[in-house]
Amino acid sequence: MPELSMIKALNDALDVMLARDPDVLIFGEDVGYFGGVFRVTDKLQEKHGATRCFDSPISEGGIVATAIGMSAYGLRPVVEIQFADYILPAYDQIVSEASRLRYRSNGEFIAPLTVRSPYGGGIYGGQTHSQSPEAIFAHVTGVKTVIPSTPYDAKGLLIAAIECNDPVIFLEPKRLYNGPFDGHHDRPTTSWAGHPAADVPEGHYAVPLGKASVAREGSEVTVLAYGTMVHVSAAAIEESGIDAELIDLRSIVPLDIDAITASVRKTGRCVVVHEASRYAGFGGELAALVQERCFYHLESPVERVAGWDTPYPHAFEWDYFPGPARVSAALKRCLETPA
Amino acid sequence: MKPRSRLALHVPAPSSRPGDKPDFSGLDIPEAGEIRRPPCDTAEAEMRDLPYALIRVLDDEGAPQGDWAPRLSPDVLRGGLRAMLLTRAFDERLFRIQRQGKTSFYMKSTGEEAIAVAASMALGAKDMCFPTYRFVGWLMARSHPLLPLVNQIFSNEKDPLKGRQLPILYSAREYGFYSLSGNVGSRFGHAVGWAMASAYKGDDKIAMGVIGEGTTAEGDFHEALTFASVYRAPVILAITNNQWAISSFSGIAGAEATTFAAKALAYGIPGLRVDGNDFLAVWAAIRWAAERARLNLGATLIEFFTYRAEGHSTSDDPAKYRPSEEAGAWPLGDPVERLKQHLIAQNEWDEARHEALIAELTEEVRAAVKEGERAGVLGQSKPSVKEMFENVFEEPDWRLIEQRREMGS
Repeated sequence: MPELSMIKALNDALDVMLARDPDVLIFGEDVGYFGGVFRVTDKLQEKHGATRCFDSPISEGGIVATAIGMSAYGLRPVVEIQFADYILPAYDQIVSEASRLRYRSNGEFIAPLTVRSPYGGGIYGGQTHSQSPEAIFAHVTGVKTVIPSTPYDAKGLLIAAIECNDPVIFLEPKRLYNGPFDGHHDRPTTSWAGHPAADVPEGHYAVPLGKASVAREGSEVTVLAYGTMVHVSAAAIEESGIDAELIDLRSIVPLDIDAITASVRKTGRCVVVHEASRYAGFGGELAALVQERCFYHLESPVERVAGWDTPYPHAFEWDYFPGPARVSAALKRCLETPA
Repeated sequence: MKPRSRLALHVPAPSSRPGDKPDFSGLDIPEAGEIRRPPCDTAEAEMRDLPYALIRVLDDEGAPQGDWAPRLSPDVLRGGLRAMLLTRAFDERLFRIQRQGKTSFYMKSTGEEAIAVAASMALGAKDMCFPTYRFVGWLMARSHPLLPLVNQIFSNEKDPLKGRQLPILYSAREYGFYSLSGNVGSRFGHAVGWAMASAYKGDDKIAMGVIGEGTTAEGDFHEALTFASVYRAPVILAITNNQWAISSFSGIAGAEATTFAAKALAYGIPGLRVDGNDFLAVWAAIRWAAERARLNLGATLIEFFTYRAEGHSTSDDPAKYRPSEEAGAWPLGDPVERLKQHLIAQNEWDEARHEALIAELTEEVRAAVKEGERAGVLGQSKPSVKEMFENVFEEPDWRLIEQRREMGS
């Protein structure tokens, strides 16, 4: 199997779907000739033609609105919002239109579009190239929200998203584009080469939406994470010497509630980790679900590790970013709480 | 009846790509001085030719032509030249600084300096500019000290914005420069609101909003024009049409169908289209629109026709999406060279003084960068971590207090 970075795996997924389904088309800012600012659509215009992969005006609301119209017609548009920080002008289209079209028309019209967007921090991108807005989509019913953490999952989940008949927000952890990142920013960067999850099969395959993966089996505490924080949590588990079970949620809507409850009932403890700021973050929903469904199995309060409740600050990248030290500390607190 | 034809999706493409010869043959460029200058209190309905024209003052020999030519003293012109050259020297040095890994990001204004500098000089000290990230020339023209800008770019302990913002996204209220954001276009409406506030208070201040041609596709642009029109806001709404939005040529923003200045027509406000590389034309257009605004006659939309001579930022290589010779082939030339030529033609400048000025400004920038480096570059020095939690609200709430404590600051 070819070894691919996350960027190449995403590019491969789009290439496979363009070749397979004439109703798939791609547009977004700079995605055409240039191939996207992160190169995810590199050479797709050259290979599949200008009407299959093309540049759009700088208008996130317009991009998503026209994609909804196309998808209502019967196409499967895959649009790119250049940074998730810039998705908010499209929020009304996502919340009021894409997510409810099926419901309000009783299924007469549907919106099977995919909105891809790089998100998350760790690249010194400041306030407007670093945010993690997943919770504001998870709060909206009728739209799915998917976040891969490896090249293998990125390709399989993106194909599943494109084939899904509901709208999907597909958030790509940009710090993982070129290699896994465990939060140790002061160490040399690593590429995906040699990583088992960089073995990406050729051709078509799908990773089902709503199915978590167990990134590490363990017995003492369950860690719930997605995106970059899967790798950060794995490092924290390794360094703390705690036998934690790490669950990579892969999609937060739909959520694999069975995997979560099975693990927490086994370990009796839970730490929730995300980059997004803490207050009203998706971690709050996870903590509530665990409390509702596993209360009598819990031996300590659910811990949350998250970004601080401030805008994403440029100079304080590594003070803000919840790195392995903060995750380790939460794991220890969780275990120290007497049963 | 015509036979039915199959529909086909149109996707605009530029006239040339890497490997092609630059091609600007499609541009219709009138002679300098050719376009009429109506009095600034003329009714909008009487000026609907202007959004399709191109106001130019300096001719190929550097001589001012026509009714739009402003009467500016040689000292003012030399001041403009100095601010443009300082902007260029600053951009060149700080771009290299980013390449050396001393900061995360940088963006140059190269080729567009005349717009920010002439606007800054033509407007009043109390007027407020809502700039784009290619408007540092505004600050240079108002003699903003260089060191705070360098410290902001380094996000170091002396950064006036406390390390919270991406490099070059300055804020300088005292200099009439509104806080920048990485989101394009989202301050265009703020300019209109600021202007409405000035009218509400019965003041005489006006505002200037700036947006790139690519960003005219955002709702922010159309919303701002609607409010400006409805409330006759005393605001100048400027589009810097530099032909490129990262890799997308202006056709992706609608330039195949009409001019950007012509967007004004549907809102019933005057639209001017101006050679943005002509310092005198930029000055004249800004003064015309400012006078109209101060007469309580409302907003003007101005398209400054220019060319982004460098990449979008430190993050892209323009040779990947356009011919590398394209900037040199731009038919409206370079704004610095054109103003220099004008001053020399007036016997108010010469090559030796020009070279000496460049050397002086290069040294000024070098000294400021050295001084900033002494405080520390990105990653070596930063403001106190407690600053991360300040100014979220006027007073931090319990969350921020607890989190700051957890950080140990």
